[in-house]
Amino acid sequence: MALIKAESLALGYDNGIIVKDLDFEVNAGDYLCIVGENGSGKSTLMRTLLGLQNPKGGRIILGDGLTKKEIGYLPQQTQVQKDFPASVREIVISGCQARCGLRPFYNREEKGLAEKNMERLGITDLSARSYRELSGGQQQRVLLARALCATQKLLILDEPVSGLDVKVTAELYTIIKELNHDGITIIMVSHDIAAAVKYASHILHIGDQIFFGTRDSYLESRQGKLFLEAEGSDGNE
Amino acid sequence: MNNASLIGKLITYLQYPFVRYAIIVGVLIALCSSLLGVTLVLKRFSFIGDGLSHVAFGAMAIATVLNLTDNMYLVLPVTVVSAILLLRTGQNTRIKGDAAIAMISVGALAFGYLIMNIFSTSSNLSGDVCSTLFGATSILTLNKTEVWICIALSVIVTIIFILFYNKIFAVTFDEDFSKASGVNAKGYNLLIAVVIAVIIVLAMNLVGSLLISALIIFPALSAMRLFKNFKSVTICSAILSVVCALAGLIVSILAGTPVGSTIVGVDVVVFVVCYLLGKVTGGKRA
Repeated sequence: MALIKAESLALGYDNGIIVKDLDFEVNAGDYLCIVGENGSGKSTLMRTLLGLQNPKGGRIILGDGLTKKEIGYLPQQTQVQKDFPASVREIVISGCQARCGLRPFYNREEKGLAEKNMERLGITDLSARSYRELSGGQQQRVLLARALCATQKLLILDEPVSGLDVKVTAELYTIIKELNHDGITIIMVSHDIAAAVKYASHILHIGDQIFFGTRDSYLESRQGKLFLEAEGSDGNE
Repeated sequence: MNNASLIGKLITYLQYPFVRYAIIVGVLIALCSSLLGVTLVLKRFSFIGDGLSHVAFGAMAIATVLNLTDNMYLVLPVTVVSAILLLRTGQNTRIKGDAAIAMISVGALAFGYLIMNIFSTSSNLSGDVCSTLFGATSILTLNKTEVWICIALSVIVTIIFILFYNKIFAVTFDEDFSKASGVNAKGYNLLIAVVIAVIIVLAMNLVGSLLISALIIFPALSAMRLFKNFKSVTICSAILSVVCALAGLIVSILAGTPVGSTIVGVDVVVFVVCYLLGKVTGGKRA
């Protein structure tokens, strides 16, 4: 059974529907990139998958024993966070909050999990540093470590590389690929189609026409070909 | 006046129970208000204290006109409901946070004064209004029951804060992440709203409804100049707030200045000192 299955999903806000008849499924171990133009409904889809807003129609089914508490989320940074006085450790361990339920304090297991994930992302030596003093790439690693505290199964990433330079972007993509290799399912919203085609196993392209399928079949599809032509002509200029 | 006689004067004053009550209540209120201050400043809700206290002022005016035996029965529920409405953030709210606060704040202030003016039976209306707005002497006229109520509420607020500290941090830092990972963010926001309303109603006795914001935000802002992680900022803010309240109370008792504005004055001075210290010790802080 699929981890997430969307059935004739319709998305939108109060004043209208942006996307409808969306069908796709994500299986354990997949690396799905959601691409599309600005305003095509990528973010709305992501917020719906996260349960932050309700679908306008259709439904999303969580399967394979996935519960809402096991979804890790890497959001885009907000203005509030940029000058937030918090140490890296405080932020990473806050990813364990959903496990705590009503228990007021973190237990040893959760503290261990935070340490493990900081190590996994190479930020252990930053653990006492203040979040607002870090570089953009370091901040993304911190938020990724926090997301890993919340999940062992599924990560949903919202434009993880926006605002990062080329080198840091490549590093972050490598980290995400490694996490995928370790068995974590990835759903990434991105407008970086080149990277999507390079790393993802599946592509969901939303816009006037909807495409969902494996990366290879995307490259064969009309949208994929259009994209490749655009890339090619960019390269020639 | 030399030091010895100042201390002598203080000791004389401390023999009056109402002075001791004022100091106990003042310190407790300062402690409570500083706890949530950090969260409110970071959530960009610095002015909620202002808004809510004006609502409380309006409610108090109505309660006075209705001749209720105890104003609290009306003031507390009205303030709690307003707090919940104001902190109910979300994308679908038509009027954004700051505008909503400004609207409710000014509206309630005008409405309260209007009601007091039309229906008041008191001979000294402007005196009444002034003491509600600036706290004036009401903290020096507390009776034993009021002090116990204040102690009980402060203990409850502090315990709630400690028990929910980690959750408040998570929700303040990133509400969407918390919601997405299955944390009951709505519930914790509600809790924050209720607690802040209780604190404001308590603090009206101390500094009056115009200066409450100062009590909530100054210690938090000062602490943020000095420390860079949430726990230190929270602890420092609580300590600064208590010290400032104590100093302000003592100065106002000795010099006969208004309690509320003296405490806020001390808070401002401490903020300036912290700001300068922050500049000297770490240039990186914005």
